[in-house]
Amino acid sequence: MAGIPLYAQLINLLAAILLLLAFAMLAQRRVLSLVHLFAAQGVALGVSTAIVAFATHQPHLYASAGLTLLLKVALLPWLLHRLIRRLDVRWDMEGLINVPTTMLIGIVLVVFSFNLAYPIAQLASTVTRATLGIAMASVMLSFLMMITRRKALPQVIGFLAMENGLFFAATSATYGMPMVVELGIALDVLVGMLILGVFFFQIREQFDSLDLQNFEKLKE
Amino acid sequence: MIEILAVLGFPLAGAAVLAIMGERRHAPDVNVVASLLTFAAAVALTVRVIAGGSLLALERQFFVDSFNVFLVALTAFVGFTTSIFSRPYMRVEQRNGRLTAGRLKLYHSMYQLFNFTMLLALLTNNMGILWVALEGATLATVLLISLYRTPASLEAAWKYFILCGVGIAQALFGTILLYFAAEKVLGGGGGALLWTQLDDVKGQLEPTVLSIAFVFLLVGYGTKVGLVPLHNWLPDAHAEGPTPVSAVLSGLLLNVALYAVVRCKVLVEGSLHTPFARDLMIGFGLLSVVVAALLLSRQKDVKRLFAYSSIEHMGIITFAFGMGGPIANFAALLHMTVHSLTKSAIFFTVGHAAQASGTQIMDEIRGLVSSSPALGWGLMLGTLAILGMPPFGVFASEFLILITAIGDRPWAAAFFLAALGLAFAAVFSKVQPMVFGEPTGARLEVRPAMVPVFIHLAIVLMLGLWIPPFLAEWYRQAARLIG
Repeated sequence: MAGIPLYAQLINLLAAILLLLAFAMLAQRRVLSLVHLFAAQGVALGVSTAIVAFATHQPHLYASAGLTLLLKVALLPWLLHRLIRRLDVRWDMEGLINVPTTMLIGIVLVVFSFNLAYPIAQLASTVTRATLGIAMASVMLSFLMMITRRKALPQVIGFLAMENGLFFAATSATYGMPMVVELGIALDVLVGMLILGVFFFQIREQFDSLDLQNFEKLKE
Repeated sequence: MIEILAVLGFPLAGAAVLAIMGERRHAPDVNVVASLLTFAAAVALTVRVIAGGSLLALERQFFVDSFNVFLVALTAFVGFTTSIFSRPYMRVEQRNGRLTAGRLKLYHSMYQLFNFTMLLALLTNNMGILWVALEGATLATVLLISLYRTPASLEAAWKYFILCGVGIAQALFGTILLYFAAEKVLGGGGGALLWTQLDDVKGQLEPTVLSIAFVFLLVGYGTKVGLVPLHNWLPDAHAEGPTPVSAVLSGLLLNVALYAVVRCKVLVEGSLHTPFARDLMIGFGLLSVVVAALLLSRQKDVKRLFAYSSIEHMGIITFAFGMGGPIANFAALLHMTVHSLTKSAIFFTVGHAAQASGTQIMDEIRGLVSSSPALGWGLMLGTLAILGMPPFGVFASEFLILITAIGDRPWAAAFFLAALGLAFAAVFSKVQPMVFGEPTGARLEVRPAMVPVFIHLAIVLMLGLWIPPFLAEWYRQAARLIG
């Protein structure tokens, strides 16, 4: 690995951790552990953003690293914890597809993402260009998680994890979006989470469960 | 500049006031007043742009040109007329016990917030803020769709949130890729996502990146446009939410999402010099028209019927923008206007008709002309207009699109024409007995708000016969801009 500066190696390491965590989420059936994995992803994301900020001397990236840590490591997991406790949903049932199959599909998706990202990464001037494929792969894996889960809460965690992947794409490939945009995105995610929190209680009131299998009425 | 701030400020202030004051007797009136002020500000902005041409404001963060100014005016106008319609409509809903005071407060506040996000999406010059505004619109409408808290409405709202959430995440990825390409030409920082800046340098943007970005952007924003096969949320959301919300979803949200696609298409087209973006849009558009036309005949719920009709019409517009060129673009812009006006007018009448008969099932709504003539005729005329009967404006735009298609892509024209015929047969055969059949005797307990319906239909009729010169000039300028 000679020739690659230390910070780039660190970012590549964190990118690999991010991908690993995405796979772990795909396999995890306990809702509480899903939240922990999501928080761990937040840590990896925040640290990698801070490293990019340090390496490229972009002060606004420090702010966005701080925002990431605050939102994705503290606030959102805390909200999710509260929801889980109050709704008392600890286990998710087996997904629509069993775990080994899901993992295999996940590997195919990773290969696909790397192929798709390859021509773009070739053009990148940033030192962290190799991470674009990983970012795309974690978006795809979260997407897979959303489709294969039946319960509402894991779907939402999948949604948030997808946002993590997108954020990582933004920082690793382009050194972060303009600050206004980042703030707007953070606001949308937070408000969305709050709305969903309210929403869960309504769903449960109506259906006595958060199992989306009850959602079969509307067709066509 | 002051006009732009007013256009955005009134709905935002309206949302805050309505949230604070709660559900008083005058809340619906405050809602109307806020919408009226927004519309007045939009008119002032329009006059300003007619006089002085396109303008950039507030450190280039806002941009108004001939393409978005008429959409701003249209959005504010439909937002205003829908707020008038919603007064008697929501009163009946409350009387029927479907809504509590707290929900009405939420409804009014979110209605204004939704209008704010629509106008922000149209006025912003920043592709990132455009994304943020459309995501904000999703969040506001999720709450509006689930307003009745029935199992079906919760399911519709959930489906809407998940599908549009995933869709819009794809659009964010597209936006990131766009920024990635722009950053190399324009340098980092805020400038690289400004549409005007991107438009200036679009020839130098990296084509590979932009073509991948466009796929993500089209799929992402296309979910919100309701393009097949990403349309699943649309009929549910239209059928299960309150009718004023169906009217603004069809009349405003779909247009604004399509506006986002077209803005992106201009950039991609400029970079690529291949028909890649066009072909994608033609494919998605044509597929939507055909599939929606096929599904129309299977509908039983009247709001679902017209929701599928919205998918069909958004398909038509996407198809036309895909073909491009001065005539097809002109027709697409005209179609955006007339579809928005006609479809919201139809939802107004359909909403009252469903209230009078106590159901949305078409087989149980009968003989509107004898029970309430204004409602019956409103629905009949609206249906004829949306099906493209002359002399309404929809006929003019569909005719222009068909003419271009015959010259440009004859094979597509055949599908297009067949789908239009199919849609006509399906919708007309369902609406005809609703209007002229044996009446069921049910009557509406309040005076329906028919003024907005007939104003909308009158404008659509006028656009079919005569387009005001300034409007025609805008359409032409915008058509040239889109290319």
